[in-house]
Amino acid sequence: MHPAFSILFFTTLAGSAQGLVVALALASLLGVPMAPGFLSKALLVALVLLLAGLGASFLHLGQKMRAWRAMLMWRTSWMSREVIILPAFIVLVGLWWLGERTGMAARFGAVVPVLAIIGSIVLWYCTAMIYACLRFIEEWAHPLTIVNFTLIGLASGLLLACALAALLGGGGDMIAANGTSALGLTIAAWVTRVVSLRRNAGIRHKSTLQSATGIQSPTLVQKSMGLSAGSFNTREFFHGASQAAVQNARLGFQLLAFAVPALLMVWGITSHDSWPWVLAVLVQAPGLIAERWVFFAQAKHPQNLYYQVVS
Amino acid sequence: MIGWLKDILRTNAVAQAPARSAAAAQPMADTTRVRALPGETLAKQLALVIDLNVCVGCHACVTSCKQWNTSGSAGPLADENPYGADPTGTFFNRVQTYEAGSYPGTETIHFPKSCLHCEDPPCVPVCPTGASYKRKEDGIVLVDYDKCIGCKYCAWACPYGARELDEERQVMTKCTLCVDRIYDEHLPKEDRKPACVKACPTGARLFGDVKDPESEVSKAIRERGGYALMPEWGTQPANQYLPRRKTPAVKH
Repeated sequence: MHPAFSILFFTTLAGSAQGLVVALALASLLGVPMAPGFLSKALLVALVLLLAGLGASFLHLGQKMRAWRAMLMWRTSWMSREVIILPAFIVLVGLWWLGERTGMAARFGAVVPVLAIIGSIVLWYCTAMIYACLRFIEEWAHPLTIVNFTLIGLASGLLLACALAALLGGGGDMIAANGTSALGLTIAAWVTRVVSLRRNAGIRHKSTLQSATGIQSPTLVQKSMGLSAGSFNTREFFHGASQAAVQNARLGFQLLAFAVPALLMVWGITSHDSWPWVLAVLVQAPGLIAERWVFFAQAKHPQNLYYQVVS
Repeated sequence: MIGWLKDILRTNAVAQAPARSAAAAQPMADTTRVRALPGETLAKQLALVIDLNVCVGCHACVTSCKQWNTSGSAGPLADENPYGADPTGTFFNRVQTYEAGSYPGTETIHFPKSCLHCEDPPCVPVCPTGASYKRKEDGIVLVDYDKCIGCKYCAWACPYGARELDEERQVMTKCTLCVDRIYDEHLPKEDRKPACVKACPTGARLFGDVKDPESEVSKAIRERGGYALMPEWGTQPANQYLPRRKTPAVKH
C-alpha cells in the first residue's frame, strides 16, 4: 500500500495524544502529585496534538467540505465510528482542560478521567479496526494490528507525559509514577511489533495470479496491465520505494521508536535528569512516522496482482 | 429543509424501517431508498459475463466505456496530461493481457477487467458516508458522487482494484453497468446495454440477469464453466468469466 503522510501523521499524533491522556487520567485517578498547572498544560498539549491529527486526517480527503457525512454509516463502517469518536474525544479532553483551568474539574471527581481512558481505548480500537477489518489485506487483518496501535500509542503517550513533567519542572513524582511503565510499554510494543513484522514477512497470500484471473496454468505471467502509464491503481497500492529502503525503514523505526528511546528512558530513570526524557520524545517522533510507513509499505493488496507489468 | 439535515433524517428513517425500502421499484437518485441491506439476497442481479475464449484484446470496450461515461451527467472522467510523457486518467474498464504456459506451448489471454458488482460487495459497508451502495432492484454497485468524500477507503476494501479515484473531481468512480443507458427508454431496445457490450466486435461480453436461470448469461455460466475471480474472499462477484476452450483440430 502507498503510505499517505496524512494518515501517518494522523494516527501517530492522535495515538500519542491518547496515550498522554491515559497517563494523565491514571495519574489523577491514583492521586499522583503533580506540579500546579501541570495537568492543564499537559492536557493542552494533548489537545493540540489531537487537533493537529484531525487536521492531518482532513488532508486525506478529496472533498473536505463533505467530511461531516463520514459520521453517517456508523452501523457498518469502522471509519465512520472513528469519525464520531475522535471529535467526541477531543471535546472531552477540551472540557477536561477547561475544567482544570477553571477549577471545576474537581467537582466531577473520577468521571472525566475514567471517560477519557475509555474514549482513548475505543478510539484506538476504531482506528486499528479500519485496517484490521479488511480481510484480504492479510498483513493488517490480524489482532496484532489492534495490539500495536494501542501499545505504540500508549508507550509514546506515557513517554510524552514523562517528558512534559521533566520540561515543566516539579514533575519528579509524575516521572516516578510513569517512567517505568513507559519503558515497559515501549519494550512490549517493540516485541509485538517485531512479532507482526515477522508474521507479515512470512505470509503466504491466499490470492495468486491464478485465482485472480481464473487461468489455471502453473506458469502464468502478465504481459500488459492494459495501460501504458500510471493509474490510480498503480499509485494508491504501491509504495514505490526500493526493497532496500523498506529494509532500512524497518531497522530505522525499531531503533528510533523503540531501542534508543528505551535506553534514554533507562538513563532518565536512573539518573533523575530531565533531558533524556525530552531527547527520547524527539528521537521517537520520526521513528513513529517510520513505523506507520512500514505498516503501509508492508501490506500487499491483492489488486496488485493485476498491475504487474506496464505496457 | 437544509440538504444535509434531510440526508441525516433519511438515513435514520431507512435504518429504522428497512421494510419501507420496497418502495424502490423505479430507478431514482434517492439512494437511501434503493440501497440493498448488507447480506440481502436480491431477486435480480445484472452482470457481465466475459468470454475469454473470444476476447481478442482490441480495447474497443475500454474506449467505448470511456466515451459513454465521460459524456454522461456525472461529468467527465479525468484525463491528466493526456499528450505528455506520463498520461493518466480514470477508466472503468481495462483490458489486460496474460501469457500462460511455456514456449512454444504458450497461450495469450486477453482479460477485460471492471467492477464485478459483487453480491456481497466488501467496498459498500466500509464507506463512511453511504455514498457507495448496492441497488436493491438490480444489484448494481454504485457511488453517489455528491456524497463521496474521496477518502479512498472503498478502493482499499476492493480486492479487485475495480475502483478508481477521479483526480479532477476527487470522488471515487467505478463501472456503473451503464445504469444511465440500460433503462433509457429514449434509446432503441437493442441499445439498452452497457457501452462495452455494444462495442465488443467478437461478442465476448454478455449482459443480463444472473439470477434468472433462463437468461443468456446464466446459460453461458452453466454450460461453459463460468467462474468468479478470487473466490477465496467470498465476495460472490456477479460478473463471471468463461474460460478458454480447446478446439479439436480438424483435417480436411
